[in-house]
Amino acid sequence: MEDIIIIFLLSLLAITAIAIIFMRNMLSVIMLGSIYSLLSAVIFVVLDAVDVAFTEAAVGAGISSVLFLSAFAVTGKRQVLKQKNKLIAFVTVSLTAAALIYATSDMPYVGDPNAPVQTHVAARYIEQSGSEVGIPNMVTAVLASYRGFDTLGEVAVVFTAMIAVLLLLLRREEEELDREK
Amino acid sequence: MIAAALIAIMIVMLIALIRTCIGPTLFDRILAINTFSTATVLMISLYGFFNQRPEFLDIAIVYAMINFIGTVALLKLHRFDDLGHDGDES
Repeated sequence: MEDIIIIFLLSLLAITAIAIIFMRNMLSVIMLGSIYSLLSAVIFVVLDAVDVAFTEAAVGAGISSVLFLSAFAVTGKRQVLKQKNKLIAFVTVSLTAAALIYATSDMPYVGDPNAPVQTHVAARYIEQSGSEVGIPNMVTAVLASYRGFDTLGEVAVVFTAMIAVLLLLLRREEEELDREK
Repeated sequence: MIAAALIAIMIVMLIALIRTCIGPTLFDRILAINTFSTATVLMISLYGFFNQRPEFLDIAIVYAMINFIGTVALLKLHRFDDLGHDGDES
């Protein structure tokens, strides 16, 4: 049953991506984008990555579609078509995809006990995070304690991005005020 | 029994996705995406019970709240062409 669900969701994901490529109305593209995040979040839930699914739902389906909508309120809802250099773009994308697909042949199978992911620090996190950190949730222990500096850096990046967005939006309002004067 | 419900919801997702793709009007798409989000919420809850892990219900609740925000933003943009509008009609 789990396999059927995953295959079904992945094919819906592919349909959504193809529809996004061919869609010209930008509002529909935003809606399909939020469908895409909802679908990937369900896939994360089925794969047991509940915390990632939480983030994907909140950021992908919620905040980013609202952000895109506010961007369209500022710019415009229609996409202008440019018919140049389609062949070069196609070749570049195909080459990149071929390289990535070739790279997957080296990857370990999902859940392989000998994969590097399972052999280095994961065992220690699983066995000792309870006594070392004292947080019942392992993922939280890794994020907040073992990789605390990493998370601090991420928070700094997100904060900087938020300041940049606010500066851009506020600037536009000031210009409008100037024009009214 | 839950497996049958899961299959039914997958069919609903497929139909809603097709309606979002072919449109034709914006409101068809908004309704379709709403149906799709509801189907997602149901899918997560059912999957939790299917695997004997009903704590997935929390995520389903978060999803339900997020869908609401997205739909309201979309409709507001369509009505006023501006997300920062105060909603006053005059």
